[in-house]
Amino acid sequence: MGQSIQQPFLRQSYRLYMVLFFIFLAAPLIAAGLFAFNDSLFPVLPWRGFTLDWFFNDTEPKLGMFHDRRLLRGLYYSFIIACFVSMLSVFVGTCNAFLFVRHDFPAKNFFYILMVLPLVIPGVILGISILAMASNIANSVEKSMGIDLELLRPGIFLVVLGQFSFITTITSLIITARLKKFDDTMEEAAFNLGASKTHVLRTITLPFLRPAMIAGGIVAFLVSFENFNTTLFLVGSEAPLTITMYDRMVKVGSTPVLNAVSFFLMLGSALLALISVLVQRDTKT
Amino acid sequence: MNTSNTVSDLACSQISKCFGSVQAVDSVSFDIPPGSFFSILGPSGCGKTTLMRMIAGFESPDNGDIHIKGSSVLRIPPNRRNVKMVFQHLALFPMMNVYDNIAYGLRCNGSSRSDINKKVHEVLERIALPDVANREIHQLSGGQKQRIAIARCMVLDPDVLLLDEPLGALDLKLREAMKIELKLLQHQFNTTFVYITHDQSEALVMSDHVAVMNEGRFEQIGTPQNLYHHPKSAFVAGFVGDSNQWSGKVIERTSESITVACGAGFDAQSFATDMTSAGIGDHASVYVRPEHIQVELANTDPTVRVNTVNSIVGHIDSLLFNGANSRVLVRDQLGELIEADITLTGSHDDPKPGDAVTLSWAPARSLCF
Amino acid sequence: MSRPVAKDARNLALILLFMPFALWILLLIVLPHIGMFVLSLKEKVAPRVYEYGFDNYINFAQEPIYWNTLLRTGTVSLLVTFLALLIGFPVAYYIAKIAGKRTKGALFLLCLIPLWVSDLIRAFGWILLLRETGVISSALQASGIINTPIEMLYNDATVVMGLVYTVVLFMIVPLVSTLDGMNDEMIEAGYNLGGNGFTVLRRIIIPYAMPGIVAGCIVVFMLSAGSYLTPILLGGKNSSWFTEQIYDQFISRYNWESGAAFGFVLLLFTSIVVWLGLKLSGQTLSSTVAKS
Repeated sequence: MGQSIQQPFLRQSYRLYMVLFFIFLAAPLIAAGLFAFNDSLFPVLPWRGFTLDWFFNDTEPKLGMFHDRRLLRGLYYSFIIACFVSMLSVFVGTCNAFLFVRHDFPAKNFFYILMVLPLVIPGVILGISILAMASNIANSVEKSMGIDLELLRPGIFLVVLGQFSFITTITSLIITARLKKFDDTMEEAAFNLGASKTHVLRTITLPFLRPAMIAGGIVAFLVSFENFNTTLFLVGSEAPLTITMYDRMVKVGSTPVLNAVSFFLMLGSALLALISVLVQRDTKT
Repeated sequence: MNTSNTVSDLACSQISKCFGSVQAVDSVSFDIPPGSFFSILGPSGCGKTTLMRMIAGFESPDNGDIHIKGSSVLRIPPNRRNVKMVFQHLALFPMMNVYDNIAYGLRCNGSSRSDINKKVHEVLERIALPDVANREIHQLSGGQKQRIAIARCMVLDPDVLLLDEPLGALDLKLREAMKIELKLLQHQFNTTFVYITHDQSEALVMSDHVAVMNEGRFEQIGTPQNLYHHPKSAFVAGFVGDSNQWSGKVIERTSESITVACGAGFDAQSFATDMTSAGIGDHASVYVRPEHIQVELANTDPTVRVNTVNSIVGHIDSLLFNGANSRVLVRDQLGELIEADITLTGSHDDPKPGDAVTLSWAPARSLCF
Repeated sequence: MSRPVAKDARNLALILLFMPFALWILLLIVLPHIGMFVLSLKEKVAPRVYEYGFDNYINFAQEPIYWNTLLRTGTVSLLVTFLALLIGFPVAYYIAKIAGKRTKGALFLLCLIPLWVSDLIRAFGWILLLRETGVISSALQASGIINTPIEMLYNDATVVMGLVYTVVLFMIVPLVSTLDGMNDEMIEAGYNLGGNGFTVLRRIIIPYAMPGIVAGCIVVFMLSAGSYLTPILLGGKNSSWFTEQIYDQFISRYNWESGAAFGFVLLLFTSIVVWLGLKLSGQTLSSTVAKS
């Protein structure tokens, strides 16, 4: 590999370009994470020494994130939402994978494009369209039957639906890719050895899909956790973390506690991403 | 090959299968005596895989019946048939280790834990891999995988074991070794093996009986020797072993011989008259195996020599050295190439390219269709 | 297994598998968009009295601020797409074709890590770096290059840079997977047959990578045009991004009808741009984005 670039000068410049690119990628993340440890009331230079106050301190003005009730509540809601979204989207994604890999039906290609579509619809539009429809239904039900469908008003349920609507595309693509690599004779072999259809599914096909399902679930969890555009329109009083942070940023201005949250989130994401990579690597051998 | 009063392990009668307009299997019948190694040999696309999938139950025949140990299995779903199958790419389960792969079928039929443990270790012992139970599949060599795939089936004590070209993916050397090993395993388990292949040497080396299949039909069933020396059709003569083939018009036909004027400028006489009904003036093909052709260096002036019956003159085009199986390619006067086996000793009198030679063979050694 | 029972079981399985898909696409994608379109045709004539018509769209067309914002969003997004391709292609090529086996995986992962970090945190990081009291400004002052702090936020260049940063990964990932599928021998054959670096790139690599390039461009363009946080946080409150107008109509003015119309205009506009892009590059949706 790499035989196409022979001149040392070009090769070195290419390397330099890559290094610069990764510095560009890393710079804002480092800035966002590093100021969490600066012993100052504002996330600005100069460096005033190392502190963990923005994580653990329990008094104002340096209230640490683990004592900030609103941030903690946001974290909790984000967690709940992400759990629901990843479970639902992995379930539907697995069904979709079987549907598109194992079955033939009219207009399959059209339906496949429909499946991919939510990924390219702007999140803002997904948010408002679902909000508009839910309110519409809720209003008509209220008018005709006098029942207030709390569920269809902005809140956790709608946030889950909104995020689920496009995250399912991601999990479907991940699980479909894996199912396509499945060697169909493996099912026949199991069948030939005396297994029933459900037993084959349970012992052969699903274990083969498991790494992709776990990876899809983790991706769904992370994308849900960090989503902002769709959530913004559907959120009720139970604001997830990104919304809480945004509020804080716009209303209070940036304080190092936001850096602490950023650092915490980046750490969590990195860990989850690592797990998903390890799970997938496990199956390549 | 009816073996009188014993019940055959596998018998098919008149089974047929169509895919759309393609007749994949066309009224095939056969009968396999217990404990034998039976091969189905044919080029790719001849319907042999379809036939095997019908026996295993993955396809159901349009017509005909399949009997295993004397009773029809058409109504039995594939997971209840006591016919096990070794797949072309083995289809070992990569998410399980060797033990779990072998135990899979036993668990499906509800064997007890101790029973499973005993049987798995027994079968591993029999395939001479007693220590691999806890290995992962990807840690095994190609030959070991092969044996595990067989063990996984044999542990269930099947009536018939089907093997779908399982040696295809192996490299040449391992393939040669596995041929012998498979034959030994079959002897050891004493179970009927039905082996599918397009490789004639696999079929000839291992089998008790071989069926040659072409375009959905069985051309001939017989022992390897029988097929090789007494092919019943032009296809079998051409497909099993190497042959030189000429075609031409019948110019003479008596009760014990038939003579064909070949397009290559010589007459070929054959004593094999029972395979063709061609009369004088009809088209016929003559087959002669390379090992039946005698090669003699011609010491007279080549321009005055002429072809006579079962004899061709020509020049050596090239030598194909392959130890004891060396061959010579001779170009006749029309420029066509003929293959003949010779012994190359490495001495000075070995024939060389360019030498004039006479090729001849006995009428008893040539076949006519 | 063509027995009727097996066929019925298969049809039943097909229906059962189709149900979740149909519910998802119908209830969360198709119906809401139809609903949004219907809503956009409604017009408030008096409290609680509505009429159907194209007034919301006419309003949009008559107000230059609105369609200027839309055009601006579109052109800036196109610029962002182009820059992302320009910056991302060499990176993807390096990862797919030049890096060794081990570095390859590591570099690809490094590319993905920012993907798992929220837009918000990334924008927050840029703010800390670029604002008047930010890291770069203070560093430049400390080193004596400038005397007074400089403000690098709230201008178009920063918005473009922030957007490129946010979306470039979505360009790199499909490009890496297409280039990865390309046989090295093909490139070597190109050189072997007498091509130079430029012709090999133009005649072999780029045509081969076209589906990946188009897929990346579509996703990047849609993400950029639909983004909300980056333009607002880096461009300030008056960054004139179209999603901001939608938010404004929906949340601040509580004019859902007009907000829905705006949303539809954005959807239509981006779809037309994507469609034009597909036509110009000779690709189809199923050969690019919908290819897995």
